[in-house]
Amino acid sequence: MPDVKVRKFLLTLEEILHEGGPPAATPLRRAAILAVIDNPFAGKYHAEIVPFMEDLKPLGLDMARRLIAALGTAKLVEAYGKGAIIGEAGELEHGALWHAPGGYAMRELLGAAKAIVSSTKKVGGPGARLDIPVTHINASYVRSHLDAMEVGVPDAPRAGEIVLALVMTTGARIHARTGGLAARDIKGEDGLR
Amino acid sequence: MKAKIRKIVTFVDEALMEQGQAIAPPLRRAAAVAVIDNPFAGIYQEDLSLLIDIGEELGHLLAGRAVAALGAEVQSYGKAAAVGENGELEHAAAILHPKLGTPFRKVLGKGAALIPSSKKRGGMGVVLDVPLGHKDAAFVRSHFDGMEVRVNDAPRANEIMVALAVTSGGRPLPRVGGLKTSEIKGEDGLR
Repeated sequence: MPDVKVRKFLLTLEEILHEGGPPAATPLRRAAILAVIDNPFAGKYHAEIVPFMEDLKPLGLDMARRLIAALGTAKLVEAYGKGAIIGEAGELEHGALWHAPGGYAMRELLGAAKAIVSSTKKVGGPGARLDIPVTHINASYVRSHLDAMEVGVPDAPRAGEIVLALVMTTGARIHARTGGLAARDIKGEDGLR
Repeated sequence: MKAKIRKIVTFVDEALMEQGQAIAPPLRRAAAVAVIDNPFAGIYQEDLSLLIDIGEELGHLLAGRAVAALGAEVQSYGKAAAVGENGELEHAAAILHPKLGTPFRKVLGKGAALIPSSKKRGGMGVVLDVPLGHKDAAFVRSHFDGMEVRVNDAPRANEIMVALAVTSGGRPLPRVGGLKTSEIKGEDGLR
């Protein structure tokens, strides 16, 4: 990672046993990994920013590996999402640099997952919270897996920083019961159904 | 188990740099949080022994989770609880103070110092600042610290969230003097 300066990582692992209904036989696990990095473009408009995507690739792989380790194995991962919070001296476009390195890192380690990695981003101050959308790794329309995980770092992003986030979960919402496409009915051709 | 647990959330904070200075080895801080039913929400209960027993259970469970997540030798620790709006501060006290410390220290192997603590009542997403202090000598100044934890959907009105935190070291760049780890006598838990 020649040009990426990481100040800290924050790993969050949620284990959900129930949410008012019958406790699940297997608790749902959701994990988020956040990296706080220097924003090399902070404070000034840079027309050319694309090369930084290449620099972020090793970090994306490192973060995806940490997530899989937190959840156990890649086989357990059923849904994912990603996001970025850009500090106030940066711009939203800097967060968009995370789409390819963050998404492809997870898809690569999860065995060529077919579905697009849902995402969100914003500009915010230290402690800003981000609701990361989460969808099934092979079929975006699987309704039981449409979920979200709130993330944030108390002391980041500072003005010249970016918080990069990846999220993975082991399954459906804990009491999913609103119908729609079920995971067992996935055709797996287009990443959607 | 007496505690009715809805969820357990574990946080690992790994700091590599601070103010442009590398932190070597990186400083790790881990917290484990349990969100449980408050059996006494909405009523005045004189005898809090059920919550005291729950504190003992959680001391063991959460210490195990936090230490495993830390993956390093524990230097400092802390505990905190947030009670949902239908409970009272005394419920947090019953969990944190009488019996939680013994199993927590047992998981660590040692811990002569008082476990710093904080408590509050709050709604969902309330921020808990878990105070941190050196586990063997409370006066070690480099290890006076705090770790923020937050669970966006807890505590609900009838819940309590209980947090234990452990670290691999003090603040990232300590330089305000005071008792150092190298000077710990380790007799009284203070110095």
